[in-house]
Amino acid sequence: MKTNRDEGGASQGAATAEKNISLTVNGKRHQLMVGKDINPDHTLAYTLRETLGYTGTKIACDHGSCGACTVLMDGEAVLSCTMLTMECNGKNITTIEGLENRETGKLHPLQQAFIDYTAFQCGFCTPGILLSAKALLDKNPSPTEEEIKQELAGHYCRCGSHYLVIKAILSLAGKGR
Amino acid sequence: MISMGEEYRHIGKSTPRKDARAIVTGSARYIDDVKLPGMLYGKVLRSPYPHARIKNIDTAKAEAYPGVKAVLTYKNVPGWMGGVPYHRPVLDSTVRFVGDAVALVAAETGESAEEALELIEVEYEQLPAVYDMEEAARPGAPQLHERIPNNIFPRGFRAIGEKALQEIVMGDVDKGFKEADFVTEGTCSYENIPNPLPPEPPGVIATWEDPEHLTIYTASQSAAMNRNFGQPLLGLIDIRVIGTQCGGSYGTKNANMIPMVHAAALAKAVGMPVKVYFSKEEHFNAYSLRLGSRIHARVGIKKDGTVTALAGEWFVDTGAASEMAQVQVAVGCGEAQLALRCSNWNLQPQLVCTNRSPSGVVRGFGGQELKSSLLPLMAIAMEEAGLDPLEFFKKNYVKPGDGYYWRDGLWWDYRGIDFSRAMQKGAEVFGWKDKWKGWGKPTAVKGNKRIGVGVGVHGNADIGEDESEAYVKLNPDGRVVLHACVSESGMGERSAVCKMVAEVLNLPLDRVEITAPDTMVNPFEFGLVGSRGTYTVGSAVIEAAEDAKRKLFDLAAPVLGAKPEDLETKDGKIYVRGKEEGAIPWRKAMGISRTLTGQGRFETDFSLCNCMMIFAEVEVDIETGKAELLRVVAATDCGQIIDPLVLEGQLHGSLGSAGIDTALFEETVLDRDTGHIMNCNMIDYKWRTFIDLPQFQNVILETPIPSHRFKAIGVGEVAPAPGPSAVLMAISNAIGKRIMDYPATPDKILKALDRI
Repeated sequence: MKTNRDEGGASQGAATAEKNISLTVNGKRHQLMVGKDINPDHTLAYTLRETLGYTGTKIACDHGSCGACTVLMDGEAVLSCTMLTMECNGKNITTIEGLENRETGKLHPLQQAFIDYTAFQCGFCTPGILLSAKALLDKNPSPTEEEIKQELAGHYCRCGSHYLVIKAILSLAGKGR
Repeated sequence: MISMGEEYRHIGKSTPRKDARAIVTGSARYIDDVKLPGMLYGKVLRSPYPHARIKNIDTAKAEAYPGVKAVLTYKNVPGWMGGVPYHRPVLDSTVRFVGDAVALVAAETGESAEEALELIEVEYEQLPAVYDMEEAARPGAPQLHERIPNNIFPRGFRAIGEKALQEIVMGDVDKGFKEADFVTEGTCSYENIPNPLPPEPPGVIATWEDPEHLTIYTASQSAAMNRNFGQPLLGLIDIRVIGTQCGGSYGTKNANMIPMVHAAALAKAVGMPVKVYFSKEEHFNAYSLRLGSRIHARVGIKKDGTVTALAGEWFVDTGAASEMAQVQVAVGCGEAQLALRCSNWNLQPQLVCTNRSPSGVVRGFGGQELKSSLLPLMAIAMEEAGLDPLEFFKKNYVKPGDGYYWRDGLWWDYRGIDFSRAMQKGAEVFGWKDKWKGWGKPTAVKGNKRIGVGVGVHGNADIGEDESEAYVKLNPDGRVVLHACVSESGMGERSAVCKMVAEVLNLPLDRVEITAPDTMVNPFEFGLVGSRGTYTVGSAVIEAAEDAKRKLFDLAAPVLGAKPEDLETKDGKIYVRGKEEGAIPWRKAMGISRTLTGQGRFETDFSLCNCMMIFAEVEVDIETGKAELLRVVAATDCGQIIDPLVLEGQLHGSLGSAGIDTALFEETVLDRDTGHIMNCNMIDYKWRTFIDLPQFQNVILETPIPSHRFKAIGVGEVAPAPGPSAVLMAISNAIGKRIMDYPATPDKILKALDRI
């Protein structure tokens, strides 16, 4: 998982005050006017939820330490509560709402596996875990149990669904998505 | 998992949760996903001091701030009183813990509300504070509440009965000690005051329809409880409660009274809906910690493991207020008797307030606190008598023919099953016989590493507590709506009760829907607490489905020319038993312009209990003092599994939610000079990550239990409770030294080993 600190400085891709921010979320392009749609201190998590209505992105700690707000940015799992929207100009974001197949409406195999294994209890951490799992499988289609645990280490699950989450992901390992 | 249950169409099978698709697609709506038209945002100014009088408070600048619609202080809030007994106003002129509410602001945006908080000028007069419960109970200690003399709460709580259990007194302890072969004595402290910390912070939206009608949207484990407890608090006005998806609760979001009264007070002041949603920092500083527990006790024991006497003092620290800690004390006392058969008791609880964030309802509900501090004292006695703890627990856990005083203060004869078979099966899977080497003896030694094992047990008769009602409405198209006020905070209970209805009516699962947890459209429900859902809500739902089926057959009998008792239904069709070819659809019996509603009700029954045994294997590094949990086996008998995967998950949940890990690293670190919580963020507050998972096996037996049609009982709530004492025992055995103070962090372990 990456945070904004890995992104090579805040200036890269940042918008100037008079510029609009362009954000592609789940394939849909959004133009956001700084000062009107967004403020410079808005986090990506806030913008996704409050401005654009992608409320499947969950905020729990809001300090980058629980993984709930994880989304994919250009395919990488990132903590959206640690990134300023201003830094995300031109980025391609996938939220949980964008995980199912947009044309067919069919669930992503990971989503189906989570259903089949009841790999959640309260479900609040589930969107973030699913997106990290997708980033992992995209890079490594056959992860070991250890690799899955490493990838999900930053995700706080309090209900104890870890074991069934791992089983669900392992059920897909090597199935070549 | 070991299973022996009956074959049913749905019961006992893993089926997708009804809300599964919503959860994995992000469309499940939690409290912060709900926005009402015109809704304002409420924020709370919190005290920086553990104990202070507000000498002066000036809100003029905050009131004038753009976007601000209301500012409330103790001077202008409604006079609602909360707590047991009433001692907690909405806001007060005295603050009693760091994080206590000082003022409330409602504004058009959360940002404006927060900025306005900073403009409120408060002059405090600091007062002396007290953090230790025994110090707080001594004469001359700083006093927290006028209504709570000497900081000791009055016993009892009328809502659970005039004779509410507030101590364990029976037999003659002096005689019992004389009969003992060994008498041991000790003190054990379970005072980590951990935070159950559901991922979703607490939140409530309040909106007044008119002065007599308040609507509450809440992320709750038990939506109806917010009405049941809220009504007396708010002066018996009508409260409609609508539960949203709840992002974890573990007891803490049953009746969200504090955010509810804050939101309701602000909404009343502004005449608009107001949302109060805690930040994670507020969640750490001002929401439902576990009770602190400390026991000084003497135990009399015979060589054969008979406990002849148990006497002592149980100090319970509830922090600055009691939500219903008296009930937790009562249930804890009841549960102690389930696990420890003993004829002579004198256990005296003292419920005390101190200047820290209040305790609240937490999974384990008094019982985990009592067990975690009592079982290590029992271990001293077992060691003295040379007893294997597994055999001791098997012998002393409640059995048919035994009884106990439950929370209502009444004696209940136990009519359930003998759980020692589940304990034995768990021991076999764990390998107890080979791993147990005796008290203070490690299972294995590898260099600096010492392996040790331990075991704990717990159970609860609250599985049959309080009342539940249900309606089952049959539609002529063969579809069914279950009206039951069941919330979803992770236990899958909404799906479980739909399965029960589908089973009784022999329908595919997708033909049964359940209403939203909304008190206006549903009959009475107490809530999902104490593992009660399976037995209590289940009983009401089954009775309602059977009632509806009877009504359906009464209508169908003349159409089919048969007696109602000879009819069967399957997949929305009715037929005479054995003559399925002549089946008619429900609508032929009902007509298309009719619904049939069956009713069901469950009444309190404390004559059954559940049981959970946890075996733990730890590895301690005697150089660093670090203890690591290697393996857990959780053993239980639930009568009949409703859904195997849901149950597996609930038992795995014994690690977190202020459970097993409170023996190892989980604690709220309170600075006892300033009253500040030092680890109020998710980095400094320690939690188990995916990398740190121990091996975990569940052993679940299905011996039919006389509860209802499906012979099932719930077990989710108790899952963590035996864990902390099991881990402490394992650590003590690994290092050959007793640890009597949780959590067993490296410093305590090294101190026990005389290495620091």
